[in-house]
Amino acid sequence: MLRVAEGIGRGVVRGVEEIGFAGALFLESLLWAVAGPARRQPVRLSAVFAQMMQIGIEALPIATVLAAAIGMMLAIQSLYSLGLFGAESFATVGIALSVVREFAPLIIGILIAGRSGSALAARFSTMTINQEVDALRVIGVSPVRFLVAPALIAMMVVVPCLTMWANLVALTAAGFLVSSALGISLGAYAADAVAVLSVNDLAHGLGKSVLFAALVALVSTVNGALADGGAEGVGRRTTRAVVHSIAAIIMVDMIFAFVVTSG
Amino acid sequence: MAGARNPQPQPVPGRTDQPVIRVEGLQAFYGAKQVLHDIELTVKPGEIMVIMGGSGSGKSTLLRHLVGLTRPAAGRVELLGLDIARARSLEMLRLRRKIGVAFQGGALFSSMSVLDNIMLPLREHTRLDRKTMEIMARLKLEVVDLAGADSLMPSELSGGMLKRAAVARAIVMDPQLLFFDEPSAGLDPVVSSALDDLILKLRDALRMTMVVVTHELESAFKIADRITILDQGRVLLIDDVAAVRKSGNARIQNLLNRRSEQTEVDAQSYLQRLTGAAERSPDTRNDEAGAT
Repeated sequence: MLRVAEGIGRGVVRGVEEIGFAGALFLESLLWAVAGPARRQPVRLSAVFAQMMQIGIEALPIATVLAAAIGMMLAIQSLYSLGLFGAESFATVGIALSVVREFAPLIIGILIAGRSGSALAARFSTMTINQEVDALRVIGVSPVRFLVAPALIAMMVVVPCLTMWANLVALTAAGFLVSSALGISLGAYAADAVAVLSVNDLAHGLGKSVLFAALVALVSTVNGALADGGAEGVGRRTTRAVVHSIAAIIMVDMIFAFVVTSG
Repeated sequence: MAGARNPQPQPVPGRTDQPVIRVEGLQAFYGAKQVLHDIELTVKPGEIMVIMGGSGSGKSTLLRHLVGLTRPAAGRVELLGLDIARARSLEMLRLRRKIGVAFQGGALFSSMSVLDNIMLPLREHTRLDRKTMEIMARLKLEVVDLAGADSLMPSELSGGMLKRAAVARAIVMDPQLLFFDEPSAGLDPVVSSALDDLILKLRDALRMTMVVVTHELESAFKIADRITILDQGRVLLIDDVAAVRKSGNARIQNLLNRRSEQTEVDAQSYLQRLTGAAERSPDTRNDEAGAT
């Protein structure tokens, strides 16, 4: 019984430590981004663009496929469930709001956690274990400025862009099914969708995607930085980073939705 | 013979004879376990100090403290006159430009070519144009006999080449102090000997002060001006090669003659180890007794 309590206590302490570490990394990354140029130690734009290519452009095909599938799935379910009440004509309202406020940011967040979060965690873990991070420190290069800040900035810029792209793809894919089922033109569907959506809805979804991006970058970095134990350690930390990122995204999504809609 | 290969450190023009490294009362812990006990150590300018010891003797931990990767739990580590535990970040940055470290596995950045790896300190700390940085990096590759390897990726290098490339990166800023972590580990005797020659060449040509952590006896005797022997986190001896060879200390002789420590077997503790009783604390045992 005592050992169970000890285990829980250690887990809580470790969790709080990691959250604190993530917060410190976030603040230090911001500091380097703002004050780095004045200290002649800027966050390298080339590194940021390289990360943006990896996280954003290379994820475009899979993001497109997933967004189209989500849009179609939502259209099918909306037409079916609203059809039970003879309210198919309201499908566009449900689809537009669901995609923009919830599904596009969520699916892109989960995609980025699985694709880029795992890559970041594996890269940082390997660098930690191979003493590359130590090498940076003894050279006098801040690992936060050199490794963390570019990944964090790239994620926070690219993920909202991918989310915006997912909005367009999902709504278009849903539009094909809805317009065909309701016997309206694609233009009429688009006009309905635009009429339903407000800037607030768009900001809600994109704001969440920025938060998810920061979460994935920080959770992956923290796991990478704490890696030990060789190849097995890299695998363990990578898995942990993906699981924790997705869990954090879903929890924060719920809290964000509650706070914003209750206000 | 060793004397001919290993001349005493020459005074460096413009430098005093003050120690460039001074360690006083250094203590380090991993969790509750103390791994370094009151380490006292000085390294003079132009000297090659070899830190030796068996596995778990604390030599790698000591090196991490010497290069400022770990802060001392107690005591003082002074590099080039700067107390690294109390130094400000800007002072540490200036200090880091004056030291180089060649890590055990090379620690080259796997996503960069050899040339980019070597140019990184120049890119981060100088305003030189790319062409000049490339020339300087290629010059250092020549010094470590790696000419022509500049476009290779670290994954394309052999173990010996990796270590040489790591040395090239460590010396690219012309540091005053150079640290090596197990330079001979994992290398065949020929490559290992060539690396020892490179260390001596660097000391003689560039007048650097060097600290080499190793457990390779042959290598240590070949390159060292003085040797520090660590055992279970304590300094057993700091002296020159001849004195270390002649030392009457049994533990040092065990290390030099590669003999394992023979301890008398205590039947009671042996039995406790087998049954796992020694692992449990008295409190835990009391709790368990109470529960049953």
